[in-house]
Amino acid sequence: MSVEIQIPVALARYTGNQESLKLSGASVEEAIRNLTSQFPSLKNHLLDKKGEIRPFVNIYVNDQDIRHGKQMKTALKSGDVVTIVPSIAGGNK
Amino acid sequence: MIMADSVDLTQKEIQRYSRHLIMPEVGLEGQKKLKAAKILCIGAGGLGSPLTMYLAAAGVGTLGIVEFDVVDFSNLQRQILHDSDRVGTPKLKSAMDRLKSINPEVKLTGYETRLTSENALDIFKNYDMIIDGTDNFPTRYLVNDACVLLKKPNVYGSIFRFEGQASVFDAEKGPCYRCLYPEPPPPGLVPSCAEGGVLGILPGIIGTIQATEAIKIIIGKGETLVGRLLLFNALKMQFREMKLHKDDHCPICGKHPTITKLIDYEAFCGLTRGETSQVEEKKMDASVEITATELQELWKKNPKLKVVDVRNPEEYEICRIEGTTFIPLSEIGSRLGELNKNDQIVLHCHHGMRSMRALEILKNAGFQNLKSLSGGIDAWSVEIDPSVPRY
Ligand SMILES: [Zn+2]
Repeated sequence: MSVEIQIPVALARYTGNQESLKLSGASVEEAIRNLTSQFPSLKNHLLDKKGEIRPFVNIYVNDQDIRHGKQMKTALKSGDVVTIVPSIAGGNK
Repeated sequence: MIMADSVDLTQKEIQRYSRHLIMPEVGLEGQKKLKAAKILCIGAGGLGSPLTMYLAAAGVGTLGIVEFDVVDFSNLQRQILHDSDRVGTPKLKSAMDRLKSINPEVKLTGYETRLTSENALDIFKNYDMIIDGTDNFPTRYLVNDACVLLKKPNVYGSIFRFEGQASVFDAEKGPCYRCLYPEPPPPGLVPSCAEGGVLGILPGIIGTIQATEAIKIIIGKGETLVGRLLLFNALKMQFREMKLHKDDHCPICGKHPTITKLIDYEAFCGLTRGETSQVEEKKMDASVEITATELQELWKKNPKLKVVDVRNPEEYEICRIEGTTFIPLSEIGSRLGELNKNDQIVLHCHHGMRSMRALEILKNAGFQNLKSLSGGIDAWSVEIDPSVPRY
């Protein structure tokens, strides 16, 4: 099951500046596990100690927020795009 | 709902807005609605520049601006409201002068104050909608909550480096900002534009998207970004769209709201809520900081002093302190072997924040003789060596 994971620029420094990665995973949980085992320092930015998505990070499968679906158990099919979108605040200064 | 029949257009206004008036989507009725509209913009900086300029030009009748900052040289790369000769003067005055000259028909109201839980509702209540052009999490949650409580749309935009986000949060019709991001990141986890940089054109793109949404809401035409998050990447030149959902459990716009009045947003964003990274949980310890002058003396006394620069490579290219060792903060955890635990080590960055985070990492790895340069290389330039460029 090959999926694409899109990393936001705010977190790309933890993936060696790669913004798009091809990974395998039958669920978001599996894909994120594969991602964070490749880039361990990214894990703390995405998940809390219980393995749940941090409240200032959203994960979308295609255009759907997994928080409003089956969360980390959301199933993936080949070709799905998993997008990580953290909260950013810049705009004035 | 903004009504058109409360105002009339003068002949001069008809001339000025003729390209609006002849298109069916705006027309005379839409232009009158624009004239009757009252929009409040928080911030006259990166996002605020293009959006207030376009809204003024478009004939929005009343524009309020909240801004208390002063124009800085480093603003000019993107904050096109402000001219070079305004550096060092208040942004609000600079913005109002520029907007007045773009369109003298617009009524401008300035608020030279920091937006707080005490003044937000009072200021907001005079406006039809709020446009969020701020740059910090406490103000973003404050703007959201005040808008939800007053049932006003919040036109959202946010930028980092070359990526931007935009949406319209209107709790009457869809999700709010808290539905999207229930909690802010702990301080320091997400870099700011001052720390990470921003492509100068990016606020121009996101700010004009915000202005477009504001105008569509006023004239009641088209499909707004309510319930949609627009993501923009300038390097890929790609727009993507995510679906947003109202969260039934949202603490302010959900079925059983627990937030019914404005709260302390500094505390909300600064306190450790739930899980945060270990580094961030540690309180800053002032006793490990030294001044630039103290560092110079220490270095003279101990020529073997190890001074480590933890900034990014791009910053190291701009300027450096002679004799330092360069290890970026993002690499320090994996390059501990290059440092000796018996050495006295002073860490420095740009302004003294990241060096404190690096200090925590080294401390947790068993290093003991550690200091952090207060004010960073910027303080070194001011106090010790003016030949080091400030940025
Ligand atoms: Zn909400």
